[in-house]
Amino acid sequence: MDAVRPGAQAEPEPRSWTLRTRQLIDRLLPMDHLLPDRQPYYVGSWVYVFGVITIAALVWVIVSGVVLAFMGPQWWHISNVGRFFNGLHFWSVQMFFIFMVLHLWGQYFAAGWRDGRVATWMIGVVIFGVSILTAFTGYLSQQNFDSQFIAINAKDAMNGAGIGAFFNVLNFGQMYGLHVMLLPIGVTFLVAAHIVLVRMRGVVKPIGAEGCVRS
Amino acid sequence: MKHRAVTTQQDYYRGIRMVPYDLVKELAIALGVIGVLGLVLAAVFSSPDEAPVTIASWSQTDPVDFVTTATGELAGTTKSAGYGQPYNDTAGADQAWGPISPQAWFGTSIPVDSAKDFVIEPLRRAAFGNAGLTAAVNTWETASADQQGSWTDAYTKALADAKVGSGNTVSVVDGDYGPLPVMMSSLLGMGQSGALDGLLQISGRFYQTDYTPALLFIGDGGYLDGLAANWNLHGDQWGMMNETGQYPGQTWLWLYTMWYQVFPFNSDSGFLGLNAGNADLGVIILMSLLTVGLALVPLIPVLRDVPRWVPIHRLIWRDYYAPKKAMP
Repeated sequence: MDAVRPGAQAEPEPRSWTLRTRQLIDRLLPMDHLLPDRQPYYVGSWVYVFGVITIAALVWVIVSGVVLAFMGPQWWHISNVGRFFNGLHFWSVQMFFIFMVLHLWGQYFAAGWRDGRVATWMIGVVIFGVSILTAFTGYLSQQNFDSQFIAINAKDAMNGAGIGAFFNVLNFGQMYGLHVMLLPIGVTFLVAAHIVLVRMRGVVKPIGAEGCVRS
Repeated sequence: MKHRAVTTQQDYYRGIRMVPYDLVKELAIALGVIGVLGLVLAAVFSSPDEAPVTIASWSQTDPVDFVTTATGELAGTTKSAGYGQPYNDTAGADQAWGPISPQAWFGTSIPVDSAKDFVIEPLRRAAFGNAGLTAAVNTWETASADQQGSWTDAYTKALADAKVGSGNTVSVVDGDYGPLPVMMSSLLGMGQSGALDGLLQISGRFYQTDYTPALLFIGDGGYLDGLAANWNLHGDQWGMMNETGQYPGQTWLWLYTMWYQVFPFNSDSGFLGLNAGNADLGVIILMSLLTVGLALVPLIPVLRDVPRWVPIHRLIWRDYYAPKKAMP
């Protein structure tokens, strides 16, 4: 064991990207912020539950969607079990949107963007938009009358805005691929970022609370 | 510097009473409750699944509409025939708002020739070994545009009083229709047998997932549209957020759908160049602006202040705003 000579300089910190990344994560989001076991006493409102329920509904959307994707787009039309899983997917999506909108309105009237939480709000709005697009491609992927009629009419909106040149709602393969892969990954990633930001900052104080700074 | 975030949250909550809160338990309960609700709703109400319209079901159920649509494709009078971009370059068909016309900017990226793709090519394939049909298609293709127009005009008028005979055939009064009766009779037979469903999907590749030609053809007819009207799916029936049956549909599209019901997007004269003719473009622009506005609410005066003025936050944080009890 080497003895440290008196007066010798301390060894410089290693320039490890891995170490620095870990230290950054430790600083920004320590575990007791990611999974806190204590909250301010005012976090007892039902409004705080809407966000958690939205995440729970998203989990069920993904679970039922994985089963449907695994069995293929035709399965639920010819199998009672498949029809049941499609029903679970359908109603989970409905609940996901209901509670997401309640969460959005709740955060609006709580002015949840205060004290440095603007990015959290903005990502939430992007999640809302991407979720609508994901659900839209889901309706187009159903392979039934609804998807036919929605596609035939939606093409006019997409083409009128120039989007139809690269987002062809009449192309089942493109819509299905977007619905089962790219868009769900986008929603999941954005939701994760949203949650990380919420946990990094903690819940906002009530409006008018002492020390509250307008964002 | 060490543990900056810890310090920040500790500072932020300094002086505020912290109480136990079990986030994981809350999430687990939410997963259970939503799961049970979803399972019950799926078991009781299932989900909508009306069978799609096929070329076969269309031509069997409404053969006159089918033949009228196919004749319209040859005449160039259907919606897809004169659609504009991205299917074809029909002059003046693209939506525009002043100089803003993204529909035209990207060109013909999905080329569709309605007459050739929906009628002539399928007939050519079916004419193999059929001398009569081959001759009819040849006659059509070698005729002048004026002659073709004369035949389609006369045949379209006659179809208005067409009769559906035995075997689900379509007959019209005698007239000078050129090769159209032979061509349309064959196309109707192909449609009713289901062969045209496949022929419209032929792309030169074995696998196929793009239904653009078949959906455009079906959309040009009146059959699917009539079924949709019965389900309240039309644009003027808030169709984009409805779906078949008594199901909630895409209710989150209510705002998008609403603009089509109100001025200037439901008006022919319109306002500032926005009208029913370019409503799709106008509504997409408006909704894009509103979405950006929603994201920027924290930065927009008045909108960001409304929560302070409206006392809903006093309901959200009822405990915080409750009168403090006097110290004993």
